[in-house]
Amino acid sequence: MSGYNFAYLDEATKRMIRRALLKAVAVPGHQVPFGSREMPLPYGWGTGGIQVTASVIGADDTLKVIDQGADDTTNAVSIRRFFARVAPGLRTTERTAEATVIQTRHRIPETPLREGQVLVYQVPQPEPLFRLEPRRAETRRLHALADYGLMQVKLYEDIARHGRVGSSYDHPVMVNGRYLMSPSPIPSFDNPKMHRSAALQLFGAGRERRLYAVPPYTEVRSLDFEDHPFVPLRANGRCSLCGAGDSYLDEVVTDDRGGRIFVCSDTDFCTERQTMREAAE
Amino acid sequence: MSDGPILSARDVSIAFGAVRAVDGVSLDLWPGEVLAIVGESGSGKSTLLRLLAGEARPDAGTVLYRDPSGATLDVHGMGEPARRRLARTEWGFVHQDPRDGLRLAVSAGGNVGERLMASGARHYGDIRAEAARWLERVEIPAARIDDAPRLFSGGMRQRLQIARTLVTRPRLVFMDEPTGGLDVSVQARLLDMIRALVADLGIAVILVTHDIAAARLLAHRLVVMRHGRVVEEGLTDRVLDDPRHPYTQLLVSSVLAA
Repeated sequence: MSGYNFAYLDEATKRMIRRALLKAVAVPGHQVPFGSREMPLPYGWGTGGIQVTASVIGADDTLKVIDQGADDTTNAVSIRRFFARVAPGLRTTERTAEATVIQTRHRIPETPLREGQVLVYQVPQPEPLFRLEPRRAETRRLHALADYGLMQVKLYEDIARHGRVGSSYDHPVMVNGRYLMSPSPIPSFDNPKMHRSAALQLFGAGRERRLYAVPPYTEVRSLDFEDHPFVPLRANGRCSLCGAGDSYLDEVVTDDRGGRIFVCSDTDFCTERQTMREAAE
Repeated sequence: MSDGPILSARDVSIAFGAVRAVDGVSLDLWPGEVLAIVGESGSGKSTLLRLLAGEARPDAGTVLYRDPSGATLDVHGMGEPARRRLARTEWGFVHQDPRDGLRLAVSAGGNVGERLMASGARHYGDIRAEAARWLERVEIPAARIDDAPRLFSGGMRQRLQIARTLVTRPRLVFMDEPTGGLDVSVQARLLDMIRALVADLGIAVILVTHDIAAARLLAHRLVVMRHGRVVEEGLTDRVLDDPRHPYTQLLVSSVLAA
């Protein structure tokens, strides 16, 4: 695709997004408004994440894109192909360890991230108080005053109704002891991976026009009660392909007679384990 | 602490265009005292309450609050974080319409617990036990702790709002027509309950009402307002039994004897 600037966005736009990202990194968990651009994919498909990736990526980077943990689903494939076309010189990969920038939708890779890696989240709704307080002006005030009793009321209601802190995904977190943040719709299983992660975590919400960030080694605590501590949810089973008992699992229906198996949601992690097992045999 | 008023207003005024809704009102509220502001509709009593509670800013005048340590705070001079902290700990506000003061989609227990959680409580069991205790106290069966207030009757909602306000044991509560919109027998029980709770906890209350009977039952002292001004004030029995200002005489004589 000749005629486009490197990584699709023009340099002025990248500069604007980078400035917003710097501010976001300086105030961990705080939502920074930015001038979200029209991207050649629909809202809800990762327009926020793709703009953040386009702004931070360079020709010497290696990009990995995952959707629900998988490298081979529509969203992941099309975003990876998009960058391969508009960013000459950029290498793409499916290996978590090789990637320098990982754009993700709804998962954090199982392989622990290291220093120097950047994890870019696609965020549909950046406001953690969205379902509790519909007025944007009011939620901004609540963030400014760190007045988060409302979120705790929601957790109270979950326990009163379901007997446990109830969100299986998008479970709210406190960042650096100051800002309440939506971790994007990642499973609560992944929440602990955000805590003091070595990688830089950037969040982009294209439709809502907000960016936020968690710098490396920042405290990220999932909200809970003293007597009902946060427990990450995980299906009780093992991966039928690689045998992993500690990864996040997808349940796959295999026939119309009730047959079902569990497989790792992180395809790279699963493939790597299968290769290692075959090599050992 | 008992050496001064808990809340004192000096020459508080606000105008909406040409209408002087509150015009140079001064009053003092002493710890543990119940002060009723009475007057007809449009006399500025609800606006005055909002000014005293810091919810609206006066054009002129000051409102001073004395905190438990004896320090005097300017209600409109302090920052919003400080005022919000006060509003959810040492102060309470009971709205005329419980829908304004409650979260209708949140269970009764969650409603009572919200103020506790907002002031830092993070132990589910303790919050729930305290909520159950307060529900009993306002005569709502503890078995209904998980029901949403939208399933409650008007009287129950108002009692729930009172439980939710008093759970953090505020020192000062603002009440805006707490018995408005309820039928007479429910009003009587609610008034009885408020009187018992206020006496029990030693709360200072500013009560806005147009109901002379409610004022007589609850209030120690009465302020009569008309056209944004205080026309008469004094001990409740004195004002109601021996009204001096012509307007107060009219107000008292307008009460229907049952």
